[in-house]
Amino acid sequence: MKIYGKVLKYGDNINTDLIIPGKYLTLTDPHEMAKHAMEGIDSSFTEKCKDSIIVAGENFGCGSSREQAPLALKYAGVKCVIAKSFARIFYRNAINIGLPAIECETFWDKVQEGDMIEVDLENGILTISDKNVKVKAQPLPKFMLDILEEGGLLNLLKKQTRK
Amino acid sequence: MNIIEKILAKASGKREVVPGEIVEANIDCAMVNEITGHLSIRYLQELGIEKVWDSDKIVMVIDHTVPAASVEAAELHKIMRRFARSQNIKYFYDIGFGGIAHQVMVEKGHVVPGNVIVGADSHTCTYGALGAFATGIGSTEMAAVFIKGKLWFKVPKVIRIYVEGSFKEYVTAKDLFLKIAEILGENGANYRGLEFGGPTVASMNIAERMTICNMAIEVGAKTGIVEADEKTLAYLKYRTNKSFQIIKSDDKNSYERSLEVDVSNLPPLVACPDSVANVKPVSEVEGIEVDQVFIGSCTNGRLEDLKIVAKILKGKKIKNGTRLVIVPASQEVYLEALKEGLIETFISSGAIVANPTCGACYGGHIGVLASDEVCVSTTNRNFIGRMGSPKSKVYLASPATAAASALEGKIKDPTTLRWAS
Repeated sequence: MKIYGKVLKYGDNINTDLIIPGKYLTLTDPHEMAKHAMEGIDSSFTEKCKDSIIVAGENFGCGSSREQAPLALKYAGVKCVIAKSFARIFYRNAINIGLPAIECETFWDKVQEGDMIEVDLENGILTISDKNVKVKAQPLPKFMLDILEEGGLLNLLKKQTRK
Repeated sequence: MNIIEKILAKASGKREVVPGEIVEANIDCAMVNEITGHLSIRYLQELGIEKVWDSDKIVMVIDHTVPAASVEAAELHKIMRRFARSQNIKYFYDIGFGGIAHQVMVEKGHVVPGNVIVGADSHTCTYGALGAFATGIGSTEMAAVFIKGKLWFKVPKVIRIYVEGSFKEYVTAKDLFLKIAEILGENGANYRGLEFGGPTVASMNIAERMTICNMAIEVGAKTGIVEADEKTLAYLKYRTNKSFQIIKSDDKNSYERSLEVDVSNLPPLVACPDSVANVKPVSEVEGIEVDQVFIGSCTNGRLEDLKIVAKILKGKKIKNGTRLVIVPASQEVYLEALKEGLIETFISSGAIVANPTCGACYGGHIGVLASDEVCVSTTNRNFIGRMGSPKSKVYLASPATAAASALEGKIKDPTTLRWAS
């Protein structure tokens, strides 16, 4: 599974309240949630996030268990999140709703906002297209790739219940 | 093995587990609130699931916006009610019958030692106070749990936190956790479990243990846990009919590391904006003017917390220009506080007392902050914009520090409050 996108770069401890503030938790339509993605930290996010890949520092997605956070990013057009580390609930939620998330400690320092990159989830290879830079990340285990291939756990369960 | 490993081994039918191992555990109890539950319910409907795995093991609580503050919130409540009715959910706590889910789960006997409990809310880790393994999950996983009654977990490495010494008056479990947050940092326990022990934890009541376990997630932990003891049994005696087994750690080498904290000389602490790990002694930030003080939440809205607040406020008025909002964590706490005269003390001091709800803590309703306002809050997060405007500032503190600050209209160390009334 390979993903291409333009880098949007953020720092450490980007929490779920920054990704989608609490006042929007009564929204039920993910497209509506997407309009407020990253509103707490970057007011211009929704203008530039189509087909983007977020590259963040430590502890991305810390805080709440709200699945609305990865949903808002996914529906806003974010293709993948690469972080030095993730908060564990966000990480599970991201995979479960079909937003690829991959850990890499060293990539952040090498990449710049706006770089075009390729993410190879299966082999854990991150490539900066124009700079001929390749970085090894932690590849995803097969059961997570299976979930992502189907676009999320819900779709996988649908497929399994149909069998 | 340590307590977390033992519980996960038992729940997954294994004799032994090791950190890093992925196990599929049976779930003893699963909790949703309306903010997360509506998504799980929608997913179940999309999947065409007609019956949940066990309608007696699911607890549903309406707590985030109580009572409904908007049409949108009311719609989420309606989704919860309809689902609870259609699935014959035995334990559905509608408005007026529960309160904040984490308090309700514990006081209504849904949490017992040795259980594996998941909740679609990050502060599910609170239940570790009774010796259960409890952790927060998302709405999609909760839908999967509702179908199968099982979930995969990676067995976490565990950090043991050994606490000794006696607290000085008006220094509390909240201050202890803020100290731990300062030491570990905002992600210092990411993917890990925290096991709290030692003589100080042994002498803590269940409310205090709930406060420290509740905040485990704030340093990234999967859960916080305290071994069950006589106090746990006494607490549960009239609250649950569930059978359970007390599980204890028996291997000192099963921890990734140990941290020792002596609370004897611990001063009251605050977490300054915008991080739980940005901790300072209250004395260092004394004098900062405060617009609002909030006392409540799953962290510090219990009867024991309210008693400390009442002791400080009794017979006094809060500072003109500062507003004090007090929210008991549950209907049960509210009623007890009323019977004990605490509510009268609060109202006489100039506080507004609101019904149990998560509202203020996440910037939903009942105490939302305007731009440039400063709030001293007994809640668990002070992220930018958490309680309202992104330009507001939140200082996390104990109920004692919060009450003292309300009297002074400025951040105030409760241990040095002058008792002129």
